[in-house]
Amino acid sequence: MTWSATARGAHQPDNTAFTQQRLPAWQPLLSASITLPLFFCAGLAFIGLGLGLYYSSNAIKELGYDYTGNPGTGDCSLCGVADQDRAPPPSCRCAWNFSLPELFQGPVYLYYELTKFYQNNRRYGVSRDDAQLSGLQSALRHPVNECFPYQFSAKGVPIAPCGAIANSLFNDTFTLWHQRLPGGPYVEVPLDRTGIAWWTDYHIKFHNPPLVNGSLALAFKGTTRPPNWPVPVYQLSPDPNNTGFINQDFVVWMRTAALPWFRKLYARIRQGNYSAGLPRGNYRVNITYNYPVRAFDGHKRIILSNISWMGGKNPFLGIAYLVVGSLCILTGFVMLVVYIRYQDQNDEAEDQE
Amino acid sequence: MMWARHKMDNEVNNRTCEVIKDGRFKVTKWKEIQVGDVIRLRKNDFIPADILLLSSSEPNSLCYVETAELDGETNLKFKMALETTHQYLQKENSLATFDGFVECEEPNNRLDKFTGTLFWRNTSFSLDADKILLRGCVIRNTDFCHGLVIFAGADTKIMRNSGKTRFKRTKIDYLMNYMVYTIFVLLSLISAGLAIGHAYWEAQVGNYSWYLYDGEDSSPSYRGFLNFWGYIIVLNTMVPISLYVSVEVIRLGQSYFINWDLQMYYFEKDTPAKARTTTLNEQLGQIHYIFSDKTGTLTQNIMTFKKCCINGKIYGDHRDASQHNHSKIEQVDFSWNTYADGKLAFYDHYLIEQIQSGKEPEVRQFFFLLAICHTVMVDRIDGQLNYQAASPDEGALVSAARDFGFAFLARTQNTITISEMGTERTYTVLAILDFNSDRKRMSIIVRTPEGSIRLYCKGADTVIYERLHRMNPTKQETQDALDVFANETLRTLCLCYKEIEENEFEEWNKKFMAASVASTNRDEALDKVYEEIEKDLILLGATAIEDKLQDGVPETISKLAKADIKIWVLTGDKKETAENIGFACELLTEETTICYGEDINALLNTRIENQRNKGGVYAKLVPQVQEPFFPPGGNRALIITGSWLNEILLEKKTKTSKILKLKFPRTEEERRMRTQSKRRLEAKKEQRQKNFVDLACECSAVICCRVTPKQKAMVVDLVKRYKKAITLAIGDGANDVNMIKTAHIGVGISGQEGMQAVMSSDYSFAQFRYLQRLLLVHGRWSYIRMCKFLRYFFYKNFAFTLVHFWYSFFNGYSAQTAYEDWFITLYNVLYSSLPVLLMGLLDQDVSDKLSLRFPGLYVVGQRDLLFNYKRFFVSLLHGVLTSMILFFIPLGAYLQTVGQDGEAPSDYQSFAVTIASALVITVNFQIGLDTSYWTFVNAFSIFGSIALYFGIMFDLHSAGIHVLFPAAFKFTGTASNALRQPYIWLTIILTVAVCLLPVVAIRFLSMTIWPSESDKIQKHRKRLKAEEQWKRRPYVFRRGMSSRRSAYAFSHQRGYADLISTGRSIRKKRSPLDAIIADGTAEYRRTVES
Repeated sequence: MTWSATARGAHQPDNTAFTQQRLPAWQPLLSASITLPLFFCAGLAFIGLGLGLYYSSNAIKELGYDYTGNPGTGDCSLCGVADQDRAPPPSCRCAWNFSLPELFQGPVYLYYELTKFYQNNRRYGVSRDDAQLSGLQSALRHPVNECFPYQFSAKGVPIAPCGAIANSLFNDTFTLWHQRLPGGPYVEVPLDRTGIAWWTDYHIKFHNPPLVNGSLALAFKGTTRPPNWPVPVYQLSPDPNNTGFINQDFVVWMRTAALPWFRKLYARIRQGNYSAGLPRGNYRVNITYNYPVRAFDGHKRIILSNISWMGGKNPFLGIAYLVVGSLCILTGFVMLVVYIRYQDQNDEAEDQE
Repeated sequence: MMWARHKMDNEVNNRTCEVIKDGRFKVTKWKEIQVGDVIRLRKNDFIPADILLLSSSEPNSLCYVETAELDGETNLKFKMALETTHQYLQKENSLATFDGFVECEEPNNRLDKFTGTLFWRNTSFSLDADKILLRGCVIRNTDFCHGLVIFAGADTKIMRNSGKTRFKRTKIDYLMNYMVYTIFVLLSLISAGLAIGHAYWEAQVGNYSWYLYDGEDSSPSYRGFLNFWGYIIVLNTMVPISLYVSVEVIRLGQSYFINWDLQMYYFEKDTPAKARTTTLNEQLGQIHYIFSDKTGTLTQNIMTFKKCCINGKIYGDHRDASQHNHSKIEQVDFSWNTYADGKLAFYDHYLIEQIQSGKEPEVRQFFFLLAICHTVMVDRIDGQLNYQAASPDEGALVSAARDFGFAFLARTQNTITISEMGTERTYTVLAILDFNSDRKRMSIIVRTPEGSIRLYCKGADTVIYERLHRMNPTKQETQDALDVFANETLRTLCLCYKEIEENEFEEWNKKFMAASVASTNRDEALDKVYEEIEKDLILLGATAIEDKLQDGVPETISKLAKADIKIWVLTGDKKETAENIGFACELLTEETTICYGEDINALLNTRIENQRNKGGVYAKLVPQVQEPFFPPGGNRALIITGSWLNEILLEKKTKTSKILKLKFPRTEEERRMRTQSKRRLEAKKEQRQKNFVDLACECSAVICCRVTPKQKAMVVDLVKRYKKAITLAIGDGANDVNMIKTAHIGVGISGQEGMQAVMSSDYSFAQFRYLQRLLLVHGRWSYIRMCKFLRYFFYKNFAFTLVHFWYSFFNGYSAQTAYEDWFITLYNVLYSSLPVLLMGLLDQDVSDKLSLRFPGLYVVGQRDLLFNYKRFFVSLLHGVLTSMILFFIPLGAYLQTVGQDGEAPSDYQSFAVTIASALVITVNFQIGLDTSYWTFVNAFSIFGSIALYFGIMFDLHSAGIHVLFPAAFKFTGTASNALRQPYIWLTIILTVAVCLLPVVAIRFLSMTIWPSESDKIQKHRKRLKAEEQWKRRPYVFRRGMSSRRSAYAFSHQRGYADLISTGRSIRKKRSPLDAIIADGTAEYRRTVES
C-alpha cells in the first residue's frame, strides 16, 4: 500500500469498496452439502406433489361424447352429412343418451370441445377490435382494419362485433334432460349459463355501447351482424345482462384458446335438485347442430365434468412431477456416489502435492 | 477512448516553442510550426520537428540531445552545427534574415541517416545526420539552440516510424461477429423451414378452415412466403442486437475499474492507471506474448554505484566501520565531503573508514582512477558540479568517486583537475585511449604534478585480465568478487594502472603520433599502438554498478511467466546491457541456455533445406509436420540483434539488386518469369519468417537488441501473424510507439516526460509491475466476465425466442407469438438485462489476491476456454433445451385443463402468461447460478427483475389501463385470473425446476469429476485466506557457479575523447589553451577530420 490517508494525490482514485471491487459479497459454491440435500428434498417434495396432483386428477369424473357426426357414429351423423357444404347449414337436431349408475359429484360443468380448430392462428387471433368490444362508440362505427373481411358488410355498414373470431361464434346449443325413473318422463336439468366467463372479461373488458333511449338495439343502430350470425348481437339473449357484447357465450368464445384443441365452458349445473351433482338415472342431451367442423376434419365433443382444487382432469402434471421427483432422487444418488469416489481421489491428489 | 486520444493530441499540438516571425522570436504552438521556420529551443525542451541545427549557446554550436525516446539509448549524444551557420547565425536579427536553401532526401523512417545540402551565400554545404535534431529528442545541457525546420508533423522520422494507427478490436469481437452471422443464418433457416411448414399447413388445413377466411385468395405458397418475413420479425430477438450495446457498457465499466484501481496508482508521481481504449478489456485476459521495452520500462534508467572490490576485498555490504555486518544500518554520511552530491545511498561504513584513514593506498588510488580515467565533461552551475557523460554508467562512476572524496573538477584540452580528499591537483593529460566496442576498455595517460607518468585503464574484465602483469596478487580474489557481482546482476568494470618510464612513453608517443596522422586505416593503426602500451597492468579492483530496475520487475516477470505468458525484450540498447538486464529481472537464469542469433543460423538453414527437399514445389500441399527445433526440456533463451534479424528475415538489402536488373520486361515470358521469381522470393521469405517465429517461440525468453522502432513493430507483427496469439507491447518512449500500435494491446508507461508512447497506447500506468495486476486481475476478470456474459446472453435470447418456434407447430406456423407483445418489448430491456449487466461488471470467481497468487488461473483466457464455438453452441443448445422445457411442460399442463372455478384457463393469454412467468424466473435464477460473486446489488437486481416483471405485468393487465387504452393492452385480467390458480403456479415451479436442476447437477458433477483450477481454489478459499501472505522463495545465493560475466559499463559508442582532445567542447573563457594548439595530436586529428 503506497498511499496514505493523509496525503492524497490530485488524481488518486477513491478508496471505496465499489471502486476497488471489494464489495462485500456472498460467493456461493455448488458444494455437496448444498447440492445433495437440494436434490433429495426437491425429489421428495416433487413426488409428494405429484402424488397429490395425480390422485386429484384421477378423482375427477369426466363424461364425454363426440357428436361431430362422422358417418356411422350415431345419432348426429345425419347432421354431420348436412354439415358438408358449409355456409349456414340448416339447423339440425340430434341427441346424446347416457345413464349414470351413481351420483355424478357436483358441481358439474358442461363443456364443449373442438379439435383441429386453430383459434390460435395469428391471422384469426388479431381479427377483433377490443375497443369496439369495450363499448367505445367511435370504434363501434369504425372497426379496426384487422377485422377485415368482417369489418364492413358488402353494403359498407360496420359489423358489430367485427372480425373473424366473432363471426365464427360457436352456435350449437345443448339442453340436458334427466329421466329419474326408468321409463319415466325426461325433466330438463337447469343449466346456469351466466357465470361462465371470467369476472374481469364480463365486467371490464367487454361492455355494451351506452344504451340509446334505454334500448340496446338502438345503441347498435347503424351496424350490422356478422355474416354468419342468424341474429344481431343485441338479440343473443333475452336477458338484458347477458346480451350484446356481454353475452357470456360470446365472451367465452372471444377468449381464444391456446391450442388447436380446446374446451370451453357451456354451462354450470348447480341449481335446484342438481346442486350436489347429477343423481343416478338416464340422461339425454339434446343438441342443436349448427356449427360445421367436418370441412376441416375437426371434431366436436360435449363433456360433463367436475373439478378439483387443481382444475379439470389432466394427469400430465401429476405424472410429470412424479417423474421429475424420481429423477431428482436418482440424480441425487448418482451425485452422492460420484462425490464420494472423487472426494477420495482429490484428497489423495492433494496429499501427494 | 477516442476522446482521450483527442485530448492528448490537443495537449501536444498546443505545446509551445519560439519561432521567428516578422524578425522576432514569438511563442508559437507546435501545430503551427511549418517547414522552413527558424525556431529556438531551450534546455529540456522536446524537439517539435526534425530540424537542422544552425547554432547553439555552446562552443562550436554543439548541442546535446537525449535520444531515449527514439532509440532507448540513455547516453547523451551531441550534434554540431555547420561552421558557417555557427559563425553567422547567433543573433536574432541574423537568424531572421537567414535565406539558406536546403535540398534534402524525401521523408523516411531511418533515424540514423540523413543526406542533404544547404545552399547559402553561394556556397553549398553537405548535411548529414549529425546536424539534424530529430523530433522526440530532448535538448540537454544546452541553454538554447536554433534550428531550421526540415520535416514537420507526419513527415518527421519519428512519425514515419510510428506506423499506422489501427482500429483495434478484440478476438472476442471477431468471434462475436461470426456468431451473430451464424445466428442470422440460423434465423433464416428456421424462418424458411417454418414458412414451408405454413405453406404446407395452408394447403392441408388452412384452406379448408372456413373460419380463417380472410377475403384474400392467396395461394398457400404465397402465404408461406409472407410468413417467412413474419417469422423473421417474430424470431428476430434471436439475433442479439442489444448485445453490442451491452458489451460496450460492460467494457466501459471495466475500464473505469481499471482507472479507479488504487493498486495501480503510483503515488510518487500521482499517476493512476488509465484505460485509454475502452474496448479491449477482455483481451487483457488472453495475452500470450509480451513485448517489452527495456529502458524506462524494465529499468529506471538510473545507474548507481553499488559495490566495489579493491585489492581483493569486497566493499558495499551493510556493515559498520569495524567490519561487522548489520542488516539494518544507516546510510553513509558524506557530509565531510563538500563536493558530495548526497544522492548516493551507500551502507558500507568500513569503506569510508578505509578512505579516511588511508591505510590501504589502493583504496584511494581506486577512486582516484575513477575520477581521472573517463571522458566526462563538467559544467559548473551555481557552484554545483554538473557532469555530462556519454554513458550513464560512466557518469555514475565519476559521481561515485566524487562522493568518496575524489571530485573531478575541471578539464581542459590537456589537463584534468581533481580534488583529492580536499586538495586540488592538476594533471597533464598526455593521451586518451578511447573506448570502442572492440577494445572494450579505455585508458588515460597522465603526468602527475610530481612528474611521473602513469597509465590508468578501466575496461571489461575479459580484456583487462589478458593484459595484466603476471605478478598480480589479487587476481583470484578479484575474479571471485566479479563472480559475486555478476551473480547479483551488477555491471562490472576492472580498474588497473601502470607506471610508465619517461623514455618508454617518448618512444610510444612517436608511434602514437604517426598512427594519428595515418591517412588509411587510422583506427586500426591506433588500436595497434594502444595495444602496445596497455600491457603488464596492475589490477586495482573492480566496480559494480547497478542498472536500477523498476520496482517489482523480477516478481512481475516470474508471475507472468507462471501464467504462461512469454516475455520478449526489445531494446535499442546494446547486447551486453540487454543480457545483463535479462539476468537482473530474472528473465534469464543460470539454468537458461542462451542461444545467440549466430548459433541458430545453422538450425534455420537446415530447416529450410529440409523443407525444400521434402516439399519441393508442392510444399504447400503437404501437411507440414513441425518438429521442434530444440530437443524438448530445458530452458532456452534467444538473444538476437536487429541486424541479424534483418539478415535472417531477408528484409530489404538482399536480392533487390537482382530484381532491378530485370527492370523492363520485354516479353510476356519475361514478365511471367519475373512475377514468378517474385512470388517464389515472397514464399521463401514467408517460410523463413515462419521458421524464425517457430524457433523463437520455443524459447522461454527472447531478447532483441539494437532494434529500430520499425523492427520492434516487425517482430510484434511476425508473432501476431504466424502464431495467431494475442500480443501486448509495453514501452515508454517514442521508439515504442510503432510496436504499441502494432500489438493487439499497447501499454504505455505514463508519468515520464515523453508522452508519445502513452498517447498511442491503449492502457497506461506508471510502473511495469502494475502489468501483473492489469493482466492477472483485471484482464482475467474482464475475460471471465465477458465470456460469462456472452454465453448467458445467447442462452437467454434463445430460451426466450425459440418458444415461438415450438409454438408454431401448434398454431399452423402462423407466426403467432407465444408472449404478449409488451412482454416481448420489455424482456430484453427490463426483465433480464440488469442482472447480467451487473454480473458482467462485478463478477469475480476468485479474489484479486488469489488471482495474483495463482497465475496458473490465467491460462483459461489464453486458450480461449471460456468462449469459443463449442461454448457458443453449448449455450445455444442450453437455450434451445430451455425453450423446449418452457414450452412443452406448460403445453402438457394446458392439454385439456379447465380452471379451478371451472372457467377455462387454457386460453392463449393465460398460456402466454404462464410461459413468460416461467421464463423470467428461469433466466433470472440461471444468472443467479452463473453469478459467483453475489453482492447486494446482484441479489437486488435478480429478485428485482422478477418483481418488476410481475409488477409491470399486473399493471398492464389491470382494469385501469384497459379503460385508458382498450386497444393497446389486450391482456386485461389475464395475470390476476391465471396466477390465482395453484395449478398454474405448480406448472411454473415444475418448469423452472426442470430447467435449472439439470444445470445444477451437471455443474456439480463436472466440478467434482473435472474440477478446474479456479474451482479448486474456490473450494479451498477459506483455507487459503487463512494462510499467511505468500512468501517468496528465499533467494539462493550460488557462489562461484556463475559462468556468465555481466556487461561492462560503457556506451557502445565512442566516448567524448575526440571532442576533448580537439577542445571543441571546452568553453573559450575557461581554456585559454584552446587557441594555441599546443598538442600536436589534437592538431593532426582536427585537420584530418575536417
